[in-house]
Amino acid sequence: MTEPFALRLQAVSKSFGGLRAVDGVELAVRPGERRALIGPNGAGKTTLFNLIAGALPVSAGRITLFGDDVTGMAQHRRAARGLARTFQITNLFPTLTVLDNARLAALARTPARFAMLRPVRHFADLEARAREALAAVGLADRADTRVRHLSHGEQRQIEIALALAGRPRLLLLDEPAAGLSQAEAQLMTALLHRLDPAITLLIIEHDMDIALQVADHVTVLHYGRVIADGTREAVKADPTVREIYLGA
Amino acid sequence: MTNGATPSSDRPPTARAGLAAPATTIIPGIITAAGVALVAPLLSAYPLTLLTQAAIVAILAMSLDVLLGYTGLPSLGHAAYFGVAAYAVGILSTDYQRGFLTCLLAGVLLAALTAAVFGLLAIRASGTYFLMITLALGMVVWGLAFRWVSMTKGDNGIAGVPRPELPLPWSLGAPLPFFYFTLAATLLAWALLGLLVRSPFGLTLMGIRESETRMRALGYHVWLHKYLAFVLSGTFAGFAGVFWAYYNGFVSPVDVQLVTSVETLLMVALGGPGTLAGPALGAAAIVFLKNFVSVYTKRWLLILGAVYIGVILFAPRGVLGAFRREPRR
Repeated sequence: MTEPFALRLQAVSKSFGGLRAVDGVELAVRPGERRALIGPNGAGKTTLFNLIAGALPVSAGRITLFGDDVTGMAQHRRAARGLARTFQITNLFPTLTVLDNARLAALARTPARFAMLRPVRHFADLEARAREALAAVGLADRADTRVRHLSHGEQRQIEIALALAGRPRLLLLDEPAAGLSQAEAQLMTALLHRLDPAITLLIIEHDMDIALQVADHVTVLHYGRVIADGTREAVKADPTVREIYLGA
Repeated sequence: MTNGATPSSDRPPTARAGLAAPATTIIPGIITAAGVALVAPLLSAYPLTLLTQAAIVAILAMSLDVLLGYTGLPSLGHAAYFGVAAYAVGILSTDYQRGFLTCLLAGVLLAALTAAVFGLLAIRASGTYFLMITLALGMVVWGLAFRWVSMTKGDNGIAGVPRPELPLPWSLGAPLPFFYFTLAATLLAWALLGLLVRSPFGLTLMGIRESETRMRALGYHVWLHKYLAFVLSGTFAGFAGVFWAYYNGFVSPVDVQLVTSVETLLMVALGGPGTLAGPALGAAAIVFLKNFVSVYTKRWLLILGAVYIGVILFAPRGVLGAFRREPRR
């Protein structure tokens, strides 16, 4: 497993009718890298995530995950290759408890998901993994609360916990700090810093401070195209980026 | 993110894991079943008949709830699986004089097979579209029952289905032993379905109900889970259909018609989708309501409609849901 890239996009495009939401994007992320994907509203960041995760089919181009071509592959099969994602708009199982949310995440891709004749609470290893994921985001004590009774900030943390419970190799984080207060965003940043360094991170973040704190490399998307790609210092200094993104 | 953001008083005092609290309906359910079993010998023939009917229809309602309440798939064609099993029993026990076990197996298998084929067509759709496709597939079965006269005897139906003969000390031809027989079947179905919805697989169904996109992102092959739920649900509907054929002694297109599917859907909605005891309760309520009210008026559907509207307005999570100690947001 000495693949040079955890994730590689080659000339990936996506059109919705006449609109080219993603236009010939080239992206190469090395294993263990922390990459930020930034860009103004409507730049095509979330669409790009949906293409990588397989929630949407590409119109053109090639996507490679740890060396394997996954371009036409179904979403659950990409997940089986170690890809996990979070959602910009919180997407959890609201009427289930926090523990059951985490259980569902830990259960995915294990043979036990088709077990029908034993109560789920008898699966001790499943529960252990679920609780471990909750502990990783600091919500172990909320296990028995229904997710819809959690605060927005807690729900954002559950988003991450669910992605972690699957023990991913590549984690796509879609604006993890969306809608958080400043204090909450700081906790989120700390949480992202604590993640296992072996996990490759691709993170969309609107908040430049967070993006630059977490990521060492930055890719800038604008109208579906990559307009800059490099270390955070290089991108920060890039005049086009300053003009477009910071509106200077 | 901080606990301060949500006052902890907001948390329900008795908040327990949805799945970790099976005791909520198991014990009352067993008490109810035991109570009914004790009272049954004291009842006259008519209420006993209704009770038998309720026990069978409860299986059908519970099977539908696996789809509607747990997976979030509103099937409007559940009479199809119920009906094909009833027809299998009708035909095998009259034309071929087969015994109970053969009929039971054939009925359940045929229902499972029908669901396996229909599921391939229906699972691609969701929401209203799923409703429409299952409705259309249900009509196909109704059409077959009605038109395939050489097999089904068409509109005349299959009469003279004998009660099963088993090596029991009591004849199942008598109402009381037959009631106990069906009650045992209902309890068996309840136990199996109860196990199913509390299993890891059951949890994945609830996950699909809550968010299909999240389930896909987690790596689930959502289609497969829905399909399995569909087939299992149809299989249990067939299990109910077997007993229905024996109970009525008669199988006709009425058993597979749309009204039967709609009534089943109402039972689940009335009793409380997402619980098993709820639909069973709803089944009993509708069976009794239908039979008592129809003594006084032919427009019993009007009454049923009114009851249904009342439930939607005052207990949108069904009668049982209304009693669950979970605070509304």
